Amino acid sequence: MFVKQVSVFLENKLGRLATVTKILGDNGIDISAMALADTTNFGILRMIVNNPDKAVSVLKEAGFTVSTTDVLAVEVDDRPGGLSAVLEVLQDNGISIEYAYSFIKRAGDKAFILFRVENPDRAVDLLKNTGIRVLEEKEVYAL
Amino acid sequence: MYWNKTFECMDREHLHELQSQRLVDTVKRVYFNVPYYRDKMQSVGLEPGDIKGVEDIAKLPFTIKQDLRDTYPYGMFAVPLSEVIRIHASSGTTGKPTVVGYTRKDIDTWAELVARVLTGVGAGRNSVVQVAYGYGLFTGGLGLHYGTERMGATVIPISGGNTRRQVMFMQDLGTTVLACTPSYALYIAETMEELGIKKEDLKLQAGIFGAEPWSDNMRKELEQRLGIKAIDIYGLSEVMGPGVACECLEQDGLHVFEDHFIPEVIDPDTGEVLPPGSIGELVITTITKEGLPVVRYRTRDITSLNFEPCACGRTHVRMSKVLGRTDDMLIIRGVNVFPSQIEHVLMNIGGTQPQYQLVVDRVNNLDELEVWVEIDDKLFSDEVRRLEDLENRITREIQNTLGINVTVKLVEPKTIARGDGKAKRVIDKRNI
Ligand SMILES: [Zn+2]
Repeated sequence: MFVKQVSVFLENKLGRLATVTKILGDNGIDISAMALADTTNFGILRMIVNNPDKAVSVLKEAGFTVSTTDVLAVEVDDRPGGLSAVLEVLQDNGISIEYAYSFIKRAGDKAFILFRVENPDRAVDLLKNTGIRVLEEKEVYAL
Repeated sequence: MYWNKTFECMDREHLHELQSQRLVDTVKRVYFNVPYYRDKMQSVGLEPGDIKGVEDIAKLPFTIKQDLRDTYPYGMFAVPLSEVIRIHASSGTTGKPTVVGYTRKDIDTWAELVARVLTGVGAGRNSVVQVAYGYGLFTGGLGLHYGTERMGATVIPISGGNTRRQVMFMQDLGTTVLACTPSYALYIAETMEELGIKKEDLKLQAGIFGAEPWSDNMRKELEQRLGIKAIDIYGLSEVMGPGVACECLEQDGLHVFEDHFIPEVIDPDTGEVLPPGSIGELVITTITKEGLPVVRYRTRDITSLNFEPCACGRTHVRMSKVLGRTDDMLIIRGVNVFPSQIEHVLMNIGGTQPQYQLVVDRVNNLDELEVWVEIDDKLFSDEVRRLEDLENRITREIQNTLGINVTVKLVEPKTIARGDGKAKRVIDKRNI
């Protein structure tokens, strides 16, 4: 039910992001979602790729500090207010969101948002009970 | 548990008297028997009669390692070679080694002090002491060996290396005390785990570890993995060898055997003697040695002295675990900073020691210290908040330890240049 996100530690130096995407590209790994969270000193690159294990190993080999985290891929209607239904469910049940970001690709009138939440198992149950679609890992890679 | 209660627990007044007599005698001996010392004393206008007791010690000139090199090999010996029964030598990374010589009485004293160490950690005649320090020119092996024989325990003179055999002997011969460097002890513990041998399979009670600086975290690890009390022993060949100072079971500082040595702590820059408790360079004067007495020998080791009474009942002053070497010391805004202090903070935060580097610069006439810390898998988090917390925590704890402001910078792995496997710890960009 969870999607494996690859996180990479980056210093705020020119060209580091490009280095990562090049390494992944050279190894035939596709990036379907990406977000960079940064401070003045460093950044954390979060990505959804079609082969997370391989991504981790090639990036580690290149000397990056890399980790993987389980995140939720949630389908929302691509219209104003589409996201708020999801947020309400989580908020009403006291599940805090560490961060969220959206997919690069879209499918028709649907958008996909990735969530890193405090209690992922419970969040999945709650969302499903409300009729919100949470994507399987293989569905995400197929997008 | 004392080996020699009379001396180990002697009240400080008598101890002071004894030290004074022995110092006066030592100064006379070096003045009359070692031209090098005589010249040094004369050059500052000192005669043996000027030294009447411990309170006069600061009048004497220092001795440094270079003095021993300059007089290589026997120039600083205070007795003829006919009185010397053993030689040890410390490896010189550059040029000639430093050669030290011992009379029969010196060997005897050394054995006595190591016997005190062993008794102090709870060893007795039924103990089995595995000496995994190197035997030979290095003082570790033979120093521990003679002390074990002196106190009547059984010594296994296995020396260093062949770790599987070390583990086999520990198990088969019922070793109760292991003596080696702390890093080798850790390697032995790893080998044990590989071989599937548990600490419960051994009779090990204590480890006497020295010859390299080690942290309290390493102590915890060794104690936990080997099921022992890990005891720090201090010594250096120029002064004697292991057994100049050692922890008691309280593990709160190393008692310096003051009936044989007078320790001082000085400011490494000015040479000024510092008040008790201050951190500085350890200086040692031997007061019973015959072969190679040393007067105010600068050890280059950084420590502090604690004259508070110890719960174990010994009256001898305690030096802190060695914090580093003066060679590594930095002066930032007038404050002495040792890389080991920062290492200690990082170790406490991460559990393991990440790669780090200190970058010192002078901006607008003010020293600035940056601490670069490589983010490894253990420290990394995918949440910005956590990494910022980490950055703040490192900053705060280093500032608390050093008392000066620092900027902490989290950097990617392999950012810090490594020459032959070892990371360069300090980059000083100041042009002073
Ligand atoms: Zn004590």
